[in-house]
Amino acid sequence: MNVLDPQGPIGVADKTILIDSIAIMLAIVLPTIAAIFAFAFWFRQSNPRAVYRPDWAHSGRIELVVWLIPALTVLLLGGVAWIGAHQLDPAAPVEGTGSPVRIQVVSLDWKWLFIYPDQKVATVNTLTVPVGAPLQFELTSASVMNVFFVPQLGSMIYTMNGMVTRLNLRADREGNYQGLSAHFSGDGFPDMLFDVHVMSPLAFPDWVTKTARSDQALNADSYQQLARQSVEKSRPTYRLDDPGLFEAIATQKIPPAPGPKITSEGAQSYLGASDVR
Amino acid sequence: MTDTALAFTHGDPQQLRGMETSNIAHGGPAPKRIVTGYGFWIFILSDMIMFSAFFATYAVLLGQTAGGPSGHELFDLRNVAIETGCLLLSSFTCGLATIAAGVRNERWFQAAMAVTCALGLAFLAMEGREFADFVARGAGPTRSAFLSAFFALVGCHGMHVSAGILWLLTMMAQVFAKGFRADILRRLLCFALFWHALDIIWVAVFSVVYLLGSAV
Amino acid sequence: MFGKLSWSAIPFDQPIPLVTGAVVLVAILAVLVWVIAKGHLPYLWREWITSVDHKRIGVMYTLLASVMLLRGFADAIMMRAQQALAYHSQGYLPPEHFNQIFSAHGTIMIFFVATPFVIGLMNLVVPLQLGVRDVAFPTLNSVGFWLTATGALLVNISLVIGEFARTGWLPYPPLSELTYSPGVGVDYYLWSLEISGVGTLVAGINLVTTVLKLRTRGMSYLRMPMFCWTTLASNLLIVAAFPILTATLAMLILDRYFGFHFFTNEAGGNVMMFMNLIWAWGHPEVYILILPAFGIFSEVVSTFSGKPLFGYRSMVLATMAICIISFMVWLHHFFTMGAGPDVNAIFGIASMIIAVPTGVKIYNWLFTMYGGRIRFTTPMMWSIGFMVTFIFGGLTGVLVAVPPADFLLHNSLFLVAHFHNVIIGGVLFGAFAGYTYWFPKAFGFRLHEGLGKAAFWFWLVGFYVAFMPLYAVGFLGMTRRMQHYDVAEWRPWLIVAAGGAVLILIGIVFQILQLVVSIRHRAELRDRTGDPWDGRSLEWATASPPPVFNFAIMPDVSGEDAYWAMKVRAKQQGLQSSEPDYRDVEMPRNSPTGVVCAFFATIMGFALIWHIWWMVAAGGVGAFATFVAFAWRDHDEYVIPTAEVARIDRANLEQRRAALSLAGSA
Repeated sequence: MNVLDPQGPIGVADKTILIDSIAIMLAIVLPTIAAIFAFAFWFRQSNPRAVYRPDWAHSGRIELVVWLIPALTVLLLGGVAWIGAHQLDPAAPVEGTGSPVRIQVVSLDWKWLFIYPDQKVATVNTLTVPVGAPLQFELTSASVMNVFFVPQLGSMIYTMNGMVTRLNLRADREGNYQGLSAHFSGDGFPDMLFDVHVMSPLAFPDWVTKTARSDQALNADSYQQLARQSVEKSRPTYRLDDPGLFEAIATQKIPPAPGPKITSEGAQSYLGASDVR
Repeated sequence: MTDTALAFTHGDPQQLRGMETSNIAHGGPAPKRIVTGYGFWIFILSDMIMFSAFFATYAVLLGQTAGGPSGHELFDLRNVAIETGCLLLSSFTCGLATIAAGVRNERWFQAAMAVTCALGLAFLAMEGREFADFVARGAGPTRSAFLSAFFALVGCHGMHVSAGILWLLTMMAQVFAKGFRADILRRLLCFALFWHALDIIWVAVFSVVYLLGSAV
Repeated sequence: MFGKLSWSAIPFDQPIPLVTGAVVLVAILAVLVWVIAKGHLPYLWREWITSVDHKRIGVMYTLLASVMLLRGFADAIMMRAQQALAYHSQGYLPPEHFNQIFSAHGTIMIFFVATPFVIGLMNLVVPLQLGVRDVAFPTLNSVGFWLTATGALLVNISLVIGEFARTGWLPYPPLSELTYSPGVGVDYYLWSLEISGVGTLVAGINLVTTVLKLRTRGMSYLRMPMFCWTTLASNLLIVAAFPILTATLAMLILDRYFGFHFFTNEAGGNVMMFMNLIWAWGHPEVYILILPAFGIFSEVVSTFSGKPLFGYRSMVLATMAICIISFMVWLHHFFTMGAGPDVNAIFGIASMIIAVPTGVKIYNWLFTMYGGRIRFTTPMMWSIGFMVTFIFGGLTGVLVAVPPADFLLHNSLFLVAHFHNVIIGGVLFGAFAGYTYWFPKAFGFRLHEGLGKAAFWFWLVGFYVAFMPLYAVGFLGMTRRMQHYDVAEWRPWLIVAAGGAVLILIGIVFQILQLVVSIRHRAELRDRTGDPWDGRSLEWATASPPPVFNFAIMPDVSGEDAYWAMKVRAKQQGLQSSEPDYRDVEMPRNSPTGVVCAFFATIMGFALIWHIWWMVAAGGVGAFATFVAFAWRDHDEYVIPTAEVARIDRANLEQRRAALSLAGSA
């Protein structure tokens, strides 16, 4: 899950900006820190060779330099920020090989639902995608705020009930990665890790076919089961019976998922009957 | 003492060369009345910022009627106009009370304050009736985000008016019991500032909530 | 009869809070019994609890902050231990507890440690530096302190009656709405902060008015010590920002209590609006905390370098620039919410711009040291430690101000490390520097140097050992607030971080030891001159501790570094000029208004949390009655006659003269 080991262009670009910004700033910071140590050491009281200048507290030239150094650095970094923010806008489409894969993401308490509207399948806590293809995510939440994040693929984005956020990524190497929720959402939050399988574009249709033959169907009823507050230990897969499910969730035609019912006034787990381990 | 004490030869380390404060003599701490008034102004500014948060919220939630009634359907601008008249007039009578205090006339002071109180209570009564009416029509604050924002903003102002009336009555009692003592006069200054500020906020409420809200 | 309150609220089945609560309760009772048995209660009531003296109130604020630091740190060490253990394991803290602990940790550290610490130091020092007798509104000052204490009390009560919020230190909806947080936890949070928020606002109004309207003769704005400028900027921010917090929390209260729909998922509520409102307060809040710390460093570095502050006017400009820009950057707390590239970029750039005046300050401190004769006392060590540490914290901050970088690091432990870097390295180190620097002024004796230095080193090293690994594990993808995890790469870093927390614990032990030892040895550590550090500003012209009226005659100021100029003149003209023309001094009377108000506020807060409506009404009536009783006072001041003023002042001057001649004046 190392963000410094990106496996897709968005992650690579994010990381480049990260490293470049650190380097630019270190160029200023390291000499400044060296100067702090140097001055503190040289001008210590016990040093007879240091010249004591008790009246020296102003220098226009030095002021000019000390305002300019941070200002120029900020100018440079500001440019990086402006360009980077525009180029890496999560809603901006990413180019790739093969047709784009649309994935509709719903964060629930405390699991991730991935709906593939074009492939008519859905999975929980597993994201399977073909390598090299543009991945177009539309995201919402069933209940509280979460953040969809696959560190090795790049940028993260919030999920919120009643709203749709958009994210575009691409995975450039086959393999297994991990994603998580990057926004605390309650008692089951630490278990919101999900697997990301990046497979060859030839294997992907086979996976779709196999998954579409699942004996579980995802529709409004089975969705209500998922929406209950619980942690999901298995990785169920579904065939998508209701292609308008995501839209119904995102526009609140399906009401937000329920919260916990408490039985006492002290602290209690909201995980309900589900056993975590 | 350290040996640095001796150094400091020419006393102008910032090289100001007498530039600053040669003409602007600072005379020392300000007198109590000014300090009190100043501090209360700062409080009023902070209160206005709190109202701004409610105003901003109202603006954001203006369209979120959740299928329920909008301002256009609900607001009775005639009622609002009378409320405005009451409040503006009460500011005027509050001003009269301030003048009466200035010339130390207790009778006129109490009279003006009593009228101010009555006008404030009239305002609150009308607003209370408006709220009750909305609730009865199913347009209470729990109906939609828009109505939540409306009730919170206008209600916050109403709560400030209520607190102001409590304060007003306390000031009337204080003057009755102790006369126009210096500290009581300072408090009257603060009370008057508060009451006028409430009026200013009402003008904003009237414009943003009722006038703009009716147009939506 | 008692609303939602029932026996199930007490954690009989949860050993950690139960035992902790019992121990704390016993300790409090023991202290109370000791105080009353030894007959100290009248003294405490008269001299401290009902005091309206800014020096006393400043000390009480600082004491509150220090005690709450222990509670907040206990939470921290519990979290670090949990995360070191909870690899493929539930650890020892189930989610419902861990989630309360990190929420309480953040809430306590920001609202009940950092904020009262800086307010306490500002209260203690600013009137002395301005050459005046007290703040603008002394009784209001007392009310502000006691309301803050009420907030702290309510948060701590939640440990043993009910539960605390489980949402994090900022209660983002919809998680914080009744649907997803049906317990009383969020209510404890909300009322505790609404009440203490009033206290903070009151302090803000007080200090702004004091700096702007109460300065001694001749002290124009550009002759004020730097600490007073940063006090002004910080308190302007308090006045401008805290009302937003009050309003936002009130909206969440309306949602939870009355079914309003500000931030709910249903009926048109808008969760993004909460983010905007809360961070419109939240970002200025961190500048409220750091600006006084910057002021402390200006004082300390200048004093212990033996030079005036370099670039004073530039520093003033930088301070006010930070003050204003801090209101323009709030969106950088949610770049990943999808605002669009233009908005993200603008706020990112604004966030970087605020690094410019901050950088200028660092350079000006650097050049204050240049040409100085630096004495490495404990406060100076804290300052140098701050400069290095804060630069790194600022670097990581500007880093996450670049939106694409934030897209990788938002909410990760990298972010956690960043803000601890600037808050510990900046605010806390500044508070500790100020505490050590002004302790002799407040109490009349210095703190033990050796133990102070030991504390500093353990804190400094402990901080790096605790937080540098968190930067690393943030790069490895770990997000914050995880009660357990399965990723093997994260574990070693988290174990090291726990070790760092232990080092900091040792630092805290040294600080407690330092206090105890210093009190024991206070005779040897006594400050007889009132100027133990060869200071430059007016607080050092008074005795340690100063008399209740601070200055017998308010000084006439003719330049910067007012006290330094006085010392130089004294050297040049001989050690003592003619005796001042003593006068009667009017001082404000003590008043129980503050503590009684807070008593009713506590009752109201508790009753509101537990829905005990009759108790709310009773508390409200009591609070109003307190105000009226206070307003009905006929004598709010008392006079110290000329003879008494003269006696006190002569005694102090005599002690100072004696100590100086003993030391051998140069």
